[in-house]
Amino acid sequence: MSYKLPFLPISPFPLSSLYIVLRLCYEKAMKIELDGKAYEIEKPMEVSRLLQQFSLSRETHLVIVNDRLVTEDHRLVRDDRVKFIRVVSGG
Amino acid sequence: MKCRVCGQEANISLRAYNTALCADDFTFFLEKRVSDTIQKYHLVEKNDTPIVAVSGGKDSLSIWHILNKLGYGADGLYVDLGIGDYSRESLEKIKKMAETLKCKVFVFHIRKIFERSIDEIAKTIRRVPCSACGMIKRYVMNKVCIDKGYNVLITGHNLDDEAAALMGNLLYWKEEYLWKKSPLLEGREGHLSRKVKPLFLCSEREMAAYALISQIDYIYEECPFSVNAKSLTYKAILNNLEETSPGTKLQFIKGYLKMVKGGEETTRDITYCASCGYPCYGDKCNMCRLLERFHIENKIDFAVYGGQP
Repeated sequence: MSYKLPFLPISPFPLSSLYIVLRLCYEKAMKIELDGKAYEIEKPMEVSRLLQQFSLSRETHLVIVNDRLVTEDHRLVRDDRVKFIRVVSGG
Repeated sequence: MKCRVCGQEANISLRAYNTALCADDFTFFLEKRVSDTIQKYHLVEKNDTPIVAVSGGKDSLSIWHILNKLGYGADGLYVDLGIGDYSRESLEKIKKMAETLKCKVFVFHIRKIFERSIDEIAKTIRRVPCSACGMIKRYVMNKVCIDKGYNVLITGHNLDDEAAALMGNLLYWKEEYLWKKSPLLEGREGHLSRKVKPLFLCSEREMAAYALISQIDYIYEECPFSVNAKSLTYKAILNNLEETSPGTKLQFIKGYLKMVKGGEETTRDITYCASCGYPCYGDKCNMCRLLERFHIENKIDFAVYGGQP
């Protein structure tokens, strides 16, 4: 009995290329860290806009980009590592 | 945004002062603000022996760091509440800071005396943990000053803490506390140490920025019992106001400081505890009652870490 291979659509990109493209997209996204959780955003924007997107106040959160404290008008670009620091403590 | 002083890229915007500063100029600005507050309100004199009440958080570790940088050699005190990893991690960060500053830190382990954690103590005496914690901390902080010869107790209360407490006292018209929110609370010779708050005019946001820039390793997690604290609600309201009207918190506190000079303090007749001499309103202080309740005769004692060899 002969075994027949399933039909594979012919693609201009081999699978390895697709992997590289996806990998690049992943690596180029901004990595956001908030309260121990990780998020990703691809669109470049200002820090103030990012704070709005996460519904955070600039009075209660500081923003660290690539290990450096930045102001609200700082322009974020792809590949940036962003971390929000909550400043309010209570009790 | 550019730094107002040097023109380089700014690291923090200070909307209450309508300015922005780079990391170096911000560090200089904040340390000067603390130094000016200390001098203006005569919080610590050069011949004083200060001790800082540290929790492991950004405010207390930063003020400890700043005071030693400004030349006020201050040791530390930590009250270990016995709250699992939170207390353990706090103590580690405090020991690390003590090592960096080459200062001593006195540690009062609640579990060693009471054989239970703060929440278990609170449950037994039917109080909320924050109430029991406050009572024990006030007593222990005073005790270390009296017993170990420190004449000034420094706490890391910042502008936001004071504004939130003032708001709470105003909302409920707590007159007995209303006029006691000064950066300096006078002591009573041999009974009560002087308490001072050099961060009175520094906001929580500024303190977090200072700790980050100065690479102070502080505990980011909150005390698990402070989750529903009323002060957090007041802080949220004040921060909403600050968002639309920068400088509101500072004006609120500065206005209070002007008022407090003319305000009259409401005091009840204070007596001293028959067992330990701590100021109280009866024949025994709350701490001595608590120790009696648990049949504890142990002397309040401290473990000591760090310091000059």
